[in-house]
Amino acid sequence: MTPILESKAVSKHYGVYKALQDVSLQFFENEIVAIVGPNGAGKTTFVNVLTGLLKPTHGEVTFHGKSIAGVGPVKLAKLGMARAFQLVQIFPQLSVQETIIAAVISQRNLQYNFWSSVDSQAELTERALEVAAIFNLDKKMTRQASYLSQGEKKLLDIASAFALSPEVILLDEPTSGISTSEKRGIMDTLMTAAKLAGIKTMLLVEHDMELVAEYSTRIVALAEGKLLADLPPNEFFNDPELQANIIGKRVNHA
Amino acid sequence: MTLKFKLIIVFCLALLCSTPWILSPYYMTLLLPAVAYSIILLGFNLLFGYTGLLSFGHAMYVALGAYTVAILTSRVGIKSMELNILGAALVCFLISIPIGLLCVRYVRIFFGMLTLAFGMLFHSILFKFYDLTGGDSGIKVIRPNLFGVDLSQMDKTNFLIGPFFYYSIGLMVILAFVMWRIVHSPLGLHLQSIRDNPRKAEYLGVKVHRFRLIAFVISAVYGGIGGALLVVPVGLADPELAYWTQSGNIVFMTIFGGFNNFFGPIIGAFAFIGLKDQIVSQTQYWRLVLGLVLILLVVFLPGGIMGLFKTKKTAARSQEIS
Repeated sequence: MTPILESKAVSKHYGVYKALQDVSLQFFENEIVAIVGPNGAGKTTFVNVLTGLLKPTHGEVTFHGKSIAGVGPVKLAKLGMARAFQLVQIFPQLSVQETIIAAVISQRNLQYNFWSSVDSQAELTERALEVAAIFNLDKKMTRQASYLSQGEKKLLDIASAFALSPEVILLDEPTSGISTSEKRGIMDTLMTAAKLAGIKTMLLVEHDMELVAEYSTRIVALAEGKLLADLPPNEFFNDPELQANIIGKRVNHA
Repeated sequence: MTLKFKLIIVFCLALLCSTPWILSPYYMTLLLPAVAYSIILLGFNLLFGYTGLLSFGHAMYVALGAYTVAILTSRVGIKSMELNILGAALVCFLISIPIGLLCVRYVRIFFGMLTLAFGMLFHSILFKFYDLTGGDSGIKVIRPNLFGVDLSQMDKTNFLIGPFFYYSIGLMVILAFVMWRIVHSPLGLHLQSIRDNPRKAEYLGVKVHRFRLIAFVISAVYGGIGGALLVVPVGLADPELAYWTQSGNIVFMTIFGGFNNFFGPIIGAFAFIGLKDQIVSQTQYWRLVLGLVLILLVVFLPGGIMGLFKTKKTAARSQEIS
């Protein structure tokens, strides 16, 4: 089976500081991979390298076998990889519909159309409604993004990434800043959305180990820039020493 | 656009077209620059209100348009206004590309300062390259033909408040319609996404630099066309047109009318010129009064004149949310 996304002996150095050292990983279809590790483990650097934002000092990152080192976010979206950030990123003055349509326009290569009104193009508005419905935002299509609740903003941020119809989506702490009671709801929505949108691989950077245990199919652990473990959840949570390294304390998980 | 809104626009246009029968020739001569500035500001607001880039050197393109008309009519001998407008647009198009390529890599104050620097550079070129630009005495503009009709024998006031006035309104309507289509198109939506959050826009596949450049060039072309209209009534293209205070006026007018609204800049152009005329006729300290107006505007009415009409709608929306 050929991997969709692969990092081959990737290292990233900032002067003498080695943020990533020799990380080799393959990501396949139908995987939900959680990337875990303590603060400063190199998770964000790894994600930035994987998404072509940073060029690795050594090694290579390939998407469908082609190198994507440092391609930048625009090309990445075109290739079929989307990303949502830990801090909510929205367009404050745009409505829910406009935000999602902005992504659909890129995906369908309509950005140079300067004459037809966005609202009159049914293919755009219908697709926006379809995506919004997955994230329960379909009743708020005309609501300006800045007037949404924090949870809704987060969902809109992710929904616009989904609207690119990517093969791989990378979500950086999708439940950060969300109340504990809302976390499961958001994760369930994400899982349903991934199925409906035909997303092949999902990468999650997540601190909440309960969510990791519940939703991921594979766990990649980083510590001090090195790959510490790459295991299925049951094996990961049966290794107390590994968990102690990752979370700094021993936890018992079912 | 609702029917009510369309009717308001038709009414305003009808009112504007009937002004030669209502207003004295003096006030009519004030309306001519207001129409020209409407075009300039429509372009300026694509860059400022829709793309989020505040230029402090936009007068450069207005002057480029004006000087193109002056050179074409008095030195090259091209009298057709249509060709002059095309020439002004083309010159601005060509010059704004290399300048834009550099400027759009920067945002906020850095973009503002760079555009200001280019504007000042152009102002000094106009002064120093005497053979080409006529230095501080500028270049005379010969009265152009409108649609191939030679109107040189007509009395100047009658020409300006008659054929030329309607010609300007026609051009303003066409260019406003084109701009309306642009800002409501997929391209327009991508520009607004860049204004709101360029980082997020990039991750949604928006080519941020390229689209900023497109907005920059379109706004320069509108500036050039407006400059071409602005210079005909004056009959002279002089370096004052490119001075940085003119760029400041463009920013003032846009904020005055309301940059969050498509029609704000048009309202701003008419209101600013009317207000300035009234203040100048009352006091020699008119700059002081205009400065005070700007301060009051920013503090109490950041949405400009159009913000007054929006307040009700926004209040209703916040109520709906709470």
